[in-house]
Amino acid sequence: MIGTEFIRVLYIDLTNKKADIQERKDLYKYLGGAGIAVKLLEENMKKGVDPLHESQPLIISIGPLSTIFPVVTKAVATFISPHTGEYGESHAGGRLAMAIRNAGYDAIVITGRAKKPTYLVITDKNIEFKDARAMWGLDIEETGRVIREREPGPGKRSIIRIGRAGENLVTYSCVNVDTYRHFGRLGIGAVLGSKNLKAIMIMGEENLPIANLKEYFKTYQEIYKKVTQTDAMAKYHELGTPMNIKVLNSISSLPTKNLLQSTFEHADDISGETFAEKNLVRKVSCVGCPIGCIHIGQFRREFDKGYEYESISVSYDHELIYALGSLLGVKTTDEVLQIIEEVELVGLDAISTGVVLAWATEALKKGLISREDTLADLEFGNTMEYIKAIDNIADRVNEFYYTIGNGLKEAVKKYGGEEFALLYGGNEMAGYHTGYAFALGQTVGARHSHLDNAGYSYDQSAKEIKDEEIIDYVINEEKERAILTSLCICLFARKVYDRPTILKALNSIGINWTDQDLIRLANDVFFTKLKIKKELGYSLENYKFPKRIFETPTLWGKMDEERLNRLLKMYIERVEKEYENWSRGK
Amino acid sequence: MPKVLRADNMNKCLGCFTCMLTCAAVNHNNHNLAKSSIKVKTRGGLQSKFAATICVACKEPACAEACPTNALVKRPGGGVKLIEEKCIACEKCVSACIVGAIHMDYDRKIPIVCKHCGACVRMCPHNCLSMEEVSE
Ligand code: SF4
Ligand code: SF4
Ligand code: SF4
Repeated sequence: MIGTEFIRVLYIDLTNKKADIQERKDLYKYLGGAGIAVKLLEENMKKGVDPLHESQPLIISIGPLSTIFPVVTKAVATFISPHTGEYGESHAGGRLAMAIRNAGYDAIVITGRAKKPTYLVITDKNIEFKDARAMWGLDIEETGRVIREREPGPGKRSIIRIGRAGENLVTYSCVNVDTYRHFGRLGIGAVLGSKNLKAIMIMGEENLPIANLKEYFKTYQEIYKKVTQTDAMAKYHELGTPMNIKVLNSISSLPTKNLLQSTFEHADDISGETFAEKNLVRKVSCVGCPIGCIHIGQFRREFDKGYEYESISVSYDHELIYALGSLLGVKTTDEVLQIIEEVELVGLDAISTGVVLAWATEALKKGLISREDTLADLEFGNTMEYIKAIDNIADRVNEFYYTIGNGLKEAVKKYGGEEFALLYGGNEMAGYHTGYAFALGQTVGARHSHLDNAGYSYDQSAKEIKDEEIIDYVINEEKERAILTSLCICLFARKVYDRPTILKALNSIGINWTDQDLIRLANDVFFTKLKIKKELGYSLENYKFPKRIFETPTLWGKMDEERLNRLLKMYIERVEKEYENWSRGK
Repeated sequence: MPKVLRADNMNKCLGCFTCMLTCAAVNHNNHNLAKSSIKVKTRGGLQSKFAATICVACKEPACAEACPTNALVKRPGGGVKLIEEKCIACEKCVSACIVGAIHMDYDRKIPIVCKHCGACVRMCPHNCLSMEEVSE
């Protein structure tokens, strides 16, 4: 909590409809966000128990700077991933961080399983377990609408919810946060589903007095200036991340048609520029961010003959255009938006959904699966059939969809096609085929996300690819990001929040940390995650990269399998050594 | 000439709440934007447009008329000024203001009223807000 030296944790037990609040002094040294979420996971998780068992915890946390400094907008969730079976972490913007702060908590730990579908209402004055039976089966939009109409507090509240995919425990179902943001990856939607938890609404009016207004506001304004008046973040407001489509395409790094290609003949038709010209209708922000990087695109759909149209708005960004666009060979912006809409409504992770469908398209062509399995004519570029398939995934309509609802790893076990299954460390690939650092980075990153260490960025900016340098980069960057995510700073603002700026912000609100403290934190977070993973049986020994990634040229030409394996080995050795040193110091 | 707050460009609003954060901090020394005098919200879910509830600076302020202790006094240019010591927290002003610009700060037991100071205007990244010169 601001102005105190403890972390205020709200524990919720759904089975017994009970809540408890603890003020944890011992967690203070983990600062917030990923730092405290990873510790709380370590304490509360059950080894050797199914990730979707009711005793497994779901943790959501914020940090000391959340909402009160520019672009410190994220909430961090940790859980045992039903998708990979190991460490699960996901970040979301929107209004959630503000709402948690205003309700007076730093973290929320949810365990148990409600007897009936339930939604939680958390405020600074109350915790309520409310009947959500009538909402079970409703899509994301309707669920949001029902709660908005039933509960008070527009402007102050945050509503997070799952769709059918989460209810049906699809291991890459997501949690929608305030319509346009998500806890996307690693199946957190299924974690809520397994707890019979349809939604959470949170808000509060907790008194949060400012200790030293002068210091705080001076620092606030300095950072605000950097954010709004330098070009550190300009690109996120202008074209946004979709500007990558053209860039990646021009350097043979845009995964296309299940990575049969790394350039797309229709890249210009679905580029950020085209989206901006044809579909962009507005930009919105997460609370506390003056940038406004959430790009909302609109398309119209004819629902009846005689000029009967509806217009639909969805948010888009690079990863979605990749996974539901180029990777599926979809060639117009309207069609991409249409697929995004379906993924949104049922509540799936966009990246995993696209990658699974791209694999299925090729598997169908190769005869590993049949039309009786897919119930849709999956073919690159065939938008309407993909939309059918997305519905089928959410509803797990037959054995095939049941299997792919457990992710690509399960799918290849049953149907084969491992060679062209775009998996890195058990998670579906993100939208960069830039080369070695990306491939290694997503594989070894704590949550197997491209955002763990931004290997793609190394690939794109290096003059020459050097093995040692890649290892250094991937490790250092992940540690650096452990600091940013413990503070819940949006990673888009990483250029603004260098170490001195972070310290200045902390100090201005009375947290007198030093650079040494931050380094200690980075190591603790990095290695605690690894410790958790190990306890859950994670190992990279005998790890095998999919063949396909070596067949398609990257920015650096085709990757050499041996070299990537060597890099992996180097990484493991280095981290193991560091891990042992860290463990000894504990 | 005195100035008053206007929110004439809310179609440009990003929903970043920086205006609220600033007002709550500089005028009410609080991090909770529930303490802000300006209230930005959607018209119904994030798919709708944003709107701002602000003090429209009435020349004949109903809030002040409703106040039994003269804690709210007319300010030049429109709107009111709060004299904290006189306020008994009866909440009459809250219901008197039909645009909903006043709400209570229950921690301090006073109403939160806009000062037309313009701090929010300076921090809005999208120029949704402005200060307009008006006659006394
Ligand atoms: S608070 Fe309401 S009634 Fe009072 S001056 Fe402002 S708008 Fe008018
Ligand atoms: S003009 Fe001043 S008092 Fe009024 S809403 Fe803006 S910051 Fe608050
Ligand atoms: S600061 Fe401006 S853009 Fe941000 S919420 Fe306020 S009016 Fe909207």
